[in-house]
Amino acid sequence: MDDNEDKLRRRQTVARILADRGDALVVTGLGSPTYDCAAAGDHPLNFYLWGAMGSAVTVGLGLALAQPRRRVLVLTGDGELLMGLGALATVAARKPDNLAIVVIDNEHYGETGMQRTHTHAGVDLAGIARACGFREATTVRRANELNDTARLLYKAQGPVLVDIKVSATRDPLVLPPWDGPFLKTRFRQALLGAKTAA
Amino acid sequence: MTTPTVDEIDSDKGKIGRAPVGLNWPQQVFQKLREAEIRQVVYVPDAGHARLIELCHAASDMKTTVLTTEEEGVGILAGAWLGGERGVLLMQSSGVGNCINALSLARVCRFPLVMIVTMRGQWGEINPWQVPMGQITGDNLRLAGAVVYEVWEQESAASAVEAAMRIAFNGGFTAAVLLSQRMLGTKLFKDSSHGR
Repeated sequence: MDDNEDKLRRRQTVARILADRGDALVVTGLGSPTYDCAAAGDHPLNFYLWGAMGSAVTVGLGLALAQPRRRVLVLTGDGELLMGLGALATVAARKPDNLAIVVIDNEHYGETGMQRTHTHAGVDLAGIARACGFREATTVRRANELNDTARLLYKAQGPVLVDIKVSATRDPLVLPPWDGPFLKTRFRQALLGAKTAA
Repeated sequence: MTTPTVDEIDSDKGKIGRAPVGLNWPQQVFQKLREAEIRQVVYVPDAGHARLIELCHAASDMKTTVLTTEEEGVGILAGAWLGGERGVLLMQSSGVGNCINALSLARVCRFPLVMIVTMRGQWGEINPWQVPMGQITGDNLRLAGAVVYEVWEQESAASAVEAAMRIAFNGGFTAAVLLSQRMLGTKLFKDSSHGR
């Protein structure tokens, strides 16, 4: 946390990315990415994970396969992604062209006392995604790269992974709903229609 | 339906305890998946599932996804349901332990989750490494909130899968069908195939 001043701020970064979401479907990983997404504005087509650590990418994959004409954006953290690294291989083998993953990478476990994650030790998530076979995978560090990042996440042929390095800050808690059946049914009704079964 | 040979049902040779051949249970289970409009089939392979997996791969209306670990399937099927599609998760009993925390996603959100599990470490298992997980598979699933159907005869496989799908998709439950080693045959390690 030595050079925090020079780094991107997670809240502003997430808000910038979500500003261009259009009709994209958004899945968030537990912890700060869920709060960042809520801070940018709750939305019925946000599905927030509050647990099942390591599952954000796989939920996004199943959704992307079921909805091939919609963009699916998975918004998660470095710790959450590291718990399910194999999912990157599964995504790459399946190659859904409508799936994009953005990692808000602060190199720390923000929920548990800011212990360092493997990305702090140099583990390169974009490099892993590239080696798995993602069509696009890159690391972003500067604000002037965010316009291109948003274009990549919403327009490029997937699967896409962008690892965005951000400062390890504790931002004000903005808590979205955590009632699972509510989030599920709200999402399905917004996507599939009001008569959809729960 | 012509009567299949043992090899057609399961190419994994060197097994004991198989029920009398005469039923093509993988085809029957596959037919139930079809009738239930299953669109996503996700799996970590097992010899006992080999024929069913082949049938699903060959079905143009089913998307098959191979997993690196079984818990990925819990997430993928939750996402599929969010997107309006039904799926099933195929695995061996050792994979159930890999799923435990992920199962909280299905339970807390009441996502339908259908797991078809081929058993190891159970009926006449000779690999001791399979026994610890195989012996607690059903209890683990029940503790995690699953409705569990144990199948001992080939004749019951398709109806158990049908029942599991009905309870899962109508009620938002996790339902697991355990296909026993007595039904599938027990691996004897006498040929070139090496299952884990």
